[in-house]
Amino acid sequence: MDFLQPSSWQEALDIRAERPDAVPIAGGTDVMVDINFDRRRPGALLDLGRVAELREWGTEAGVVRLGAGVPYTRIVEDLADRLPGLAMASRTVGSPQIRIRGTVGGNLGSASPAGDAHPPLLAAGAVVEVASAARGARQIPAAEFYTGVKRNALEADELIAAVLIPSAAGPQQFCKIGTRNAMVIAVSAFACALHPDRRAVGTGIGSAAPTPRRAVDAEDFLAGELEGSGLWESRGELPETLARAFGERVAAAASPIDDVRGSAAYRLHSLSVMARRAVTWAWNDLRKAA
Amino acid sequence: MSTDTGTATTTTTTTTVPPGRIGDSPLRPDGTLKVTGEFAYASDLWHDEMAWGVTLRSPHPHARIRGIDITEALTVPGVWAVLTADDVPGENAFGLEHADQPVLASEFVRYEGEPVALVAADHPETARRAAKRIRVDYEVLPAVTDARRAMDPDAPAVHRPGNLVRHLRLRRGEENPTAPVVVSLDFEVGMQDQAFLGPESGLAVPAEDGGIDLYVATQWLHVDQRQICLALGMPAEKVRLTLSGVGGAFGGREDLSVHVHACLLALRTGKPVKMSYGREESFYGHVHRHPATMTYEFGAERDGTLVYAKAYVLLDGGAYASSTNAVVGNAGTLGLGPYRFPSVAVDAYGVFTNNPPCGAMRGFGCVQAAFAHEALMDELADTVGVDRVAIRQLNGMREGDLNITGQVIDSAAPVGELLQIVADFPLPPERGEGADPRSLPGAVNNTTHGEGVVRGIGYAVTYKNVGFSEGFDDYSTARVRLEMTGGEAVATVHTAAAEVGQGLITVEQQICRTELGVERVVVHPKDTAVGSGGSTSASRQTYVTGGAVKAACEAVRAAVLERAALALARPAADLRLDGEKIVGSSGEVLTGLAEVLGDDAVEETVEYRHRPTHAIDPETGQGDAHVQFAFSAHRAVVDVDVELGLVKVVALDTAQDVGKAINPDAVVGQIQGGSAQGMGLALMEEIVVTDGHVRNPSFTDYLIPTILDMPPMRIEVLEYADPHAPYGVRGVGEPPTISSGPAVAAAVRAAVGKPLRRVPIRPEHITGT
Repeated sequence: MDFLQPSSWQEALDIRAERPDAVPIAGGTDVMVDINFDRRRPGALLDLGRVAELREWGTEAGVVRLGAGVPYTRIVEDLADRLPGLAMASRTVGSPQIRIRGTVGGNLGSASPAGDAHPPLLAAGAVVEVASAARGARQIPAAEFYTGVKRNALEADELIAAVLIPSAAGPQQFCKIGTRNAMVIAVSAFACALHPDRRAVGTGIGSAAPTPRRAVDAEDFLAGELEGSGLWESRGELPETLARAFGERVAAAASPIDDVRGSAAYRLHSLSVMARRAVTWAWNDLRKAA
Repeated sequence: MSTDTGTATTTTTTTTVPPGRIGDSPLRPDGTLKVTGEFAYASDLWHDEMAWGVTLRSPHPHARIRGIDITEALTVPGVWAVLTADDVPGENAFGLEHADQPVLASEFVRYEGEPVALVAADHPETARRAAKRIRVDYEVLPAVTDARRAMDPDAPAVHRPGNLVRHLRLRRGEENPTAPVVVSLDFEVGMQDQAFLGPESGLAVPAEDGGIDLYVATQWLHVDQRQICLALGMPAEKVRLTLSGVGGAFGGREDLSVHVHACLLALRTGKPVKMSYGREESFYGHVHRHPATMTYEFGAERDGTLVYAKAYVLLDGGAYASSTNAVVGNAGTLGLGPYRFPSVAVDAYGVFTNNPPCGAMRGFGCVQAAFAHEALMDELADTVGVDRVAIRQLNGMREGDLNITGQVIDSAAPVGELLQIVADFPLPPERGEGADPRSLPGAVNNTTHGEGVVRGIGYAVTYKNVGFSEGFDDYSTARVRLEMTGGEAVATVHTAAAEVGQGLITVEQQICRTELGVERVVVHPKDTAVGSGGSTSASRQTYVTGGAVKAACEAVRAAVLERAALALARPAADLRLDGEKIVGSSGEVLTGLAEVLGDDAVEETVEYRHRPTHAIDPETGQGDAHVQFAFSAHRAVVDVDVELGLVKVVALDTAQDVGKAINPDAVVGQIQGGSAQGMGLALMEEIVVTDGHVRNPSFTDYLIPTILDMPPMRIEVLEYADPHAPYGVRGVGEPPTISSGPAVAAAVRAAVGKPLRRVPIRPEHITGT
């Protein structure tokens, strides 16, 4: 197995084009596990650890451009104000050691339905920026990025450059179920974001469908109800019945399976509870901010 | 001794630097090394020119092997040997109690993960790849994977003649007792794993005499040696074992793992061969705690006084006997807990299935039963309207009582006192507004800000036998040597008793210092050059090997005084050894140890046995089966998010009688670790087996408690000396694992208000989804 270590983004893209058999590796928290267990044996590893620009983040016009190689620890430390949902999710990733190594780019590359970063990216309306040497950069909305179980929209010659995430215009929440109180892979997860600027609601569901996905019907339902009842203006209390109905719609958007981590029924149930609670917390934060 | 400590830091009694006698807590020699990552575990073993061995395991729970083709594997460059059952020179069988398990499967495989072939190569990866090229022709057979089904007369037999490993029948008192109050329940316990952090590992080195030297992480060198000799067809003097760094055991290293395999490969290749399991293989490489199905019934007077008990306990032993026989013995003879029952009918069964083999694990049969009898005690308390602590105190054993096998409890049995201590501990404060999320169920996973969270409190009490029971000749050997080195008296203690992380090395040193008055005690590497130290299990080493070290020290001291008596022309009875001085009856210094010993060393080897135990009557289960009993009680306080089924253990406090705390810090460490392990079974630890296949052989999906799951503990240690035991010690390691889990389960039931008759309690059980 070759170990390829480009020191610039352009070099990385060139190598990617030449070596379709290479597996890109950032923190290695997924890839190395697979290699250690001999689940895959790629012709080469393409180590992106020396590509400095991947480890940077910046903001432009209210959008955070998060380099694909920024580790979770830095998201928690640097971006809890701009990207509260993603920061909350980052805090639940693995152990401290995993959070120091692991990256959002890696989560997107693996595209596991259980990846913790996905739900907040979906809820915030993030866009994945990918690039190839031949065709340059293109942007893929997160909701279109996940194409199947552990599959994504990347072409064979593309690498993930960054994620573009609008700075939070309103409260965001992230909740995750695990059967112990730390270091768990999500049994189910939910993220929501309130976008009072455009009177919209964002959602993201994790570990409860073949891919991370939005609960579009729940989003539209809640935004419409808030509109209809004048709550966007009044910032009145969120009726419990509304939060509950939202939770049920979130659960209805999922299509989970039974597995060793949890039953499908529990995943649906927990999603409805998490969605109800999370949207209530978010709405209360919005009221407080008013 | 009372301590209030966190689990991460031990801020207990002050740490005493030398002299470090019994009752002190000298620093462990391995402590700093383990914390800094420098301790050499068995997986760090290395030898120049060594080869690596790997195991090919069965993918099927039950199959006939029609043929094995190793040709392709042998062609892989770097491969030194490929071995199958045909290459086992001795008897192709091993087992702790019955040699029923093949070293390498020949005709049948009986569980998923059973070893079928071995490969040695110059790199572990090469060996693994070669193993994948071994072609095994399996004829898959129907598997018996349900213990109840295995009991059916028409069920396929895992072994001939049938699937029953043991039926323990215990009858006492009236044959058909009745009582005004009757409560009953069914309970199930899932399969727990020892989850020791250092996977199985060993290095076998062929010796010039044609024998083999094996360095291995294990719990009992001599029982390993006996089994290896059988399989290799070699005498004991040719098979020499040395203990290497053990990263936890908890029963999971009582059975053989890499031992014979590494020796076979080393003898075949003439090279040192190292075998080291990864985490996934480790789940297939050792036995687990027996899953249990239980039905219990208690009859009582209206005031809650117990009249009778009926219990049915079914343990799934998996594919081979291992220690199922003894585990059934415990589940049967101790399975009603530390209570007084006038009439008893217990039937405990262990059966073969095609599930993973089950055997020894900390608590050994008592753990499973305790979940049932403690849940039923709560049920009884609620039914008769008596407080849950009070009903246990009302029925709790006292010194002088007979237990259910008719054995007199002939030392302290402080059931009522232990319960009172934990009941009187202050309760943790109620959860306030704006609580740290880490203090809530779900912690930073942010699933609740207090919604749905209900607090519950639960109690449990247990007793556990210490040492081996039912007539087993349970002894330890110690060799102690005293000599002057560089002008200083040095004792060397040599036992084969395994240090598995519990702190036995320190205890041996403390006993030598106490008995001989020396400061410097060298602990000889643990090996088979000295007699058996017995098993590091059954909470027995401080008692039995400690007793042997004490006796050997006494023999050395007597020999030194005899020499002094000769030199001084005084009766030895008038002399005492005081540090490095020989003193007379009024304390006057008569001579020095240096003068008495000169260049000689005094060395004594002693076998120590605890009082004999006896087989129980096969019809009634009556008899003095056990040598000593250890008692503990726990109170658990939990916060449960009843809507999501998530649990945060807020407090897990305990009281335990240890007879005498030889090393108080180590005692507290055992209690903390044991309590965490019991709590793990109550809430999360389960090997999920479906149709004979293990579904979660990893620490990704086999969850063990983290620091955010285990609360700081309040621990009260009682020291009621057992007059029959050296220094009055009572085994420490197991009781916390037995009473903590049922207390946690009871607390969860109290919070949720559902029966919850299965552990681990999963979120689905709490939420009904």
